[in-house]
Amino acid sequence: MGMGNNKPPIVEIAHLSKSYRRGSQTIPVLEDITFDIADGEFLALMGPSGSGKSTLLNLIAGIDKADRGTIRVGGVDITTLSDKELATWRSANVGFIFQFYNLMPVLTAFENVELPLLLTDLSRSERREHVELALQLVGLTDRVDHYPAQLSGGQQQRVAIARAVVSDPAILVADEPTGDLDRVSAGEILQLMDRLVREFDKTIIMVTHDPRAAEKARIIRHLEKGILTDIDGQPASPVAGS
Amino acid sequence: MMFLLKLIIRNAFRHKLRSILTVVGIAIAIIAFGLLSTLVGLWYHGVEASSASRLVTRNAISLIFPLPLSYKDRIRQVPGVKTVSYGNWFGGIYIDEKHFFANEAIEPKSFLELYPEFILTPEQKDAFLRDRKGCIVGKRLADTYGWKIGDLITLRGTIFPGQWEFVLRGIYRGAEKGTEERALFFHWDYLNETLRKTMPRRADQVGFYMITVERPELAAEVSQAVDAIFKNSLAETLTETEKAFQLGFVAMTEAILVAIQIVSYVVIVIIMVVAANTMAMTARERIAEYATMKTLGFGGWHIAGIVFGESLVIALSGGLLGVALTFPAAHWIEVELAQFFPAFSIAPLTIGLDLLAALAVGVTAGIFPTWRGATIGIAEGLRRIG
Repeated sequence: MGMGNNKPPIVEIAHLSKSYRRGSQTIPVLEDITFDIADGEFLALMGPSGSGKSTLLNLIAGIDKADRGTIRVGGVDITTLSDKELATWRSANVGFIFQFYNLMPVLTAFENVELPLLLTDLSRSERREHVELALQLVGLTDRVDHYPAQLSGGQQQRVAIARAVVSDPAILVADEPTGDLDRVSAGEILQLMDRLVREFDKTIIMVTHDPRAAEKARIIRHLEKGILTDIDGQPASPVAGS
Repeated sequence: MMFLLKLIIRNAFRHKLRSILTVVGIAIAIIAFGLLSTLVGLWYHGVEASSASRLVTRNAISLIFPLPLSYKDRIRQVPGVKTVSYGNWFGGIYIDEKHFFANEAIEPKSFLELYPEFILTPEQKDAFLRDRKGCIVGKRLADTYGWKIGDLITLRGTIFPGQWEFVLRGIYRGAEKGTEERALFFHWDYLNETLRKTMPRRADQVGFYMITVERPELAAEVSQAVDAIFKNSLAETLTETEKAFQLGFVAMTEAILVAIQIVSYVVIVIIMVVAANTMAMTARERIAEYATMKTLGFGGWHIAGIVFGESLVIALSGGLLGVALTFPAAHWIEVELAQFFPAFSIAPLTIGLDLLAALAVGVTAGIFPTWRGATIGIAEGLRRIG
């Protein structure tokens, strides 16, 4: 685990709370979370199942809504955005990497990577250029016409990473990105993510159970029953990496 | 847009077996709907084929009661009447009841004048007019039984008992595809002369008069004038247009007609339910994909378009396949069941209804999955993975 950088925060979370309703019961998932993530950081969020780490990731990525508190990403308070505004914001600012890759089975690797660009004003040739660059970055230029079913798990995750970075978002969110991979493939994926941070200045927020995966991150944060803690279980400092 | 269309089409045939079975199911339903609609249309064929300038005069009490032959000259004197012919429904049976076809005793000269749509060669026409025991049959009927000119055809009389023999003198063709070609006509005089010998009480009586008027707009006036002549007589008449006369027959079997129509709609409703189930199943399986697309920034309308488009692609594929197969199916019916139908042709309107039915199947089947896909929450949808 490395130390954090000294750049200004790209994500600022203040007094964030989230609960779910199950029948008449209200189940708190996140309670009064406050912390920042510096620009260009590689943060791992760890914690047992049900601790709220995926919920926190979803809130930061703008695919779920908080009950209370604010989340500012790149200076924008995303808790005030409507669903439509959030969709536009996500497509420009966040790249997603999922545990099960979430590729469209009927689209080739090239078409899967092209998908987010369809929402932009780019021309067909510009899209092609971006997609080829992204696939080159993940080392899959020889698999452009392959469908997901024709690729290994590691290759599918690399396509997913290419799709996440193709629109050049500032933040990448990864939910258990190595959870469905063997050790070798997982190592390759983590190296690739590390490269994205080091060479391309991306900010990565990764949820993981795997301590080996977390080691690749510069900062590890723990969630216990919806409360952010340090490794020793004490409430954490509000600044990631401090 | 092209990309989404590509995605819709690929999604539609992702589960090949399921999609093919659904498409085939819809196609069969569309064929059934098209054929049943055509059958209902054929019920009205006689009505549609009737001429606006032809009238039919029958006994006012019922068609089964005859009219005196002497009415002929009095009808002819009514202003506006151009031609008068007459005839009797003979109802003879060829071989047995299963080999049904229409057979009528008619006054040949005026009849052929009244019905120019029955086309005979001049030689055959002359031969028919000259031979009192002669008969003519439609081409389809002749083909069905392999009859040739000069053949002897024997009918067993039911209304007029006995064995009746006719010599085939002509095979007529219809002027149009839908013209009735499955009937036999013979000399009314042959019937009448025989009746004079065997049942004199039934001689010199006709079942109906057929009248042509000089202009179609005179039809109502002439009808009233004819019926006025025989008012308060022993055999009062009812004169109506040929169309109204034919509609009377259709009305007798209206219950069957309604039943066929209901069946044709039920077929479509059943396939709607089947297709809706398929689409619901498909959408349920793809909820995570829809959520992923939403994550990437695609809106509810994009997802709605993809799901609804897929439903329409499957339904319209079935519809087009069904329409394409309806033609050979109709041709098969026309050839194999020639004795039952004058011409089993699929009308453009039926094709339009077929495609409309397929569209309705696609829309109905797509409504719920579209709503579900468009409104699913991203976090909820992503939880469906694995």
